[in-house]
Amino acid sequence: MLQRNGRLTLVGALLFSSALQAQGVAADGRQVVMQGDGSGAPCMACHGMDGAGNNAASFPRLAGLDADYIAKQMRDYNAGTRISAIMQPNVDNLSEQQILDVAAYYAEQAVPAAQAATGNEELLALGEKLANRGDWDQYIPACESCHGPDNQGVGSTFPGIAGQHGNYIRQQLHAWRSGARHNDPNQLMTGVAERLTEQQIEAVAAYLGSRQAVAAEGEQ
Amino acid sequence: MKHNFMLLTVVSAVMSTQVVASDAKVPVNLPESKPGQYVHQAPTIDDLMADESVHPELRKVILKGYDLFMNTQQLRGEYVFNDMSCKTCHMGEGRMNWSGPVWPAATTLPDYRGKNKHVNSLEERIAGCFAYSMNGQPPAYGSDDMLALTAYHQWLAKSAPVYEKNISGRGFSHLGKQIPDDISYAKGEAVYAANCAICHGNDGAGQKKDGKVVFPPLWGDGAYNWGAGLTRVFTAASFIKNNMPLSKPGSLSDNDAWQVAWYINSQERPQDPRYTGDARATREQFIDFHKHTRYGTDVNGKVLGQHDNTGEKPFLKPSNLKPRTFE
Repeated sequence: MLQRNGRLTLVGALLFSSALQAQGVAADGRQVVMQGDGSGAPCMACHGMDGAGNNAASFPRLAGLDADYIAKQMRDYNAGTRISAIMQPNVDNLSEQQILDVAAYYAEQAVPAAQAATGNEELLALGEKLANRGDWDQYIPACESCHGPDNQGVGSTFPGIAGQHGNYIRQQLHAWRSGARHNDPNQLMTGVAERLTEQQIEAVAAYLGSRQAVAAEGEQ
Repeated sequence: MKHNFMLLTVVSAVMSTQVVASDAKVPVNLPESKPGQYVHQAPTIDDLMADESVHPELRKVILKGYDLFMNTQQLRGEYVFNDMSCKTCHMGEGRMNWSGPVWPAATTLPDYRGKNKHVNSLEERIAGCFAYSMNGQPPAYGSDDMLALTAYHQWLAKSAPVYEKNISGRGFSHLGKQIPDDISYAKGEAVYAANCAICHGNDGAGQKKDGKVVFPPLWGDGAYNWGAGLTRVFTAASFIKNNMPLSKPGSLSDNDAWQVAWYINSQERPQDPRYTGDARATREQFIDFHKHTRYGTDVNGKVLGQHDNTGEKPFLKPSNLKPRTFE
């Protein structure tokens, strides 16, 4: 009986908060992840049901990322501020509620174990330096100055990049440089990406790709 | 002939740099050095590790100083009572011109400082940052922590001329000291909302992750106190112009930098350690400093700084901030 009351209170609280701000429902998101938006491939085809993604194919890990961050990326594909020939047709029929649901689903998936480091020690050391100290002589602040301690992300604006697939990080840094991706608030990422050398991109991708991710909510 | 060729090479090198800069979507727009100014290139930690002429014990002490500089929060509750570290204001490891490079303190001090009206040593200058910007209690003069910090400063000064004062990119004053006539709280608030709030928050409280400061607070208990140099509107304006938003130096107009500095420094923060019990009177007593701040003036119906709030710090004035005379 007590438990029942507790649940009722919880339901009441959820209803109340959803009245203030739309909430994603992970269970509904699971359906969308399996079925897609009706006109393209389902999310699971590339990102997996577990949200682990795929390094070889540059499909990003979504598991454990901040839900609001994931939702914003889907909206940005539809708005054209983040251009991807693969992603845009696969999310363009999602409703706002479905976007929230998919984001909620992937955000609560457990983060996978860190991958074996690729690249030699020298490259990884350069990547670590860029991630944690930056290269100020080229006006490149450390990744962690926005992406937070150990680059595990801060809030819904600055995603966790530790434990993200290296190939995806490299691809995205190139997308920032070319302008294919320009959905960064205040262009906070654009300038940094265009100042990095190709070697620095390789290094930071290899280093971050080898780190263990921690879920955005810190519950893993 | 050879001379001409060299000149041509230099000209084309300069031109190609400009082409690259103008092609950038987010250029690095920092001020030019004035003719005759000394331009310093401070060494890096990598240089320190590679320099075999440095005694291993000294290297250890410099690295300790670097570590304290970058993460001064490790002294939280002992010497630091807010969310600031040295690197918060002295960006780029304290090495960067236009970001308050710290090495000039090692080459120009001891010297007379108007702020406390006596000759200050390097240690005393660092003590000022602890007392005001970090709202704390400076480490004791001659202590291991102080030695480590001064050693890092001096390392950064390597090869710089002693007593040279005409230094490019020093301090935060390149916009001058004259506040524009069209200064307004509302304009500053709009600049803040558009450019700063995403990191520092609408409430100016900054953001932490797992208890660690990521984006520092700009006002409130976690921020620099009313005696810190950054409370001067001109200091904040120049800091912002050449350093903010992070990775986009020079992206705000001069006027926007002034407006937002005015807005940020119109907010409450921990008490000036020199407080006498009355903010208006304290302002008058230290008017050379406070003529550049809004402390002790009426802002939005309240006298800024008229309170007993010292933030997390359980005292008002650090015991080792003292006047000094040779009479």
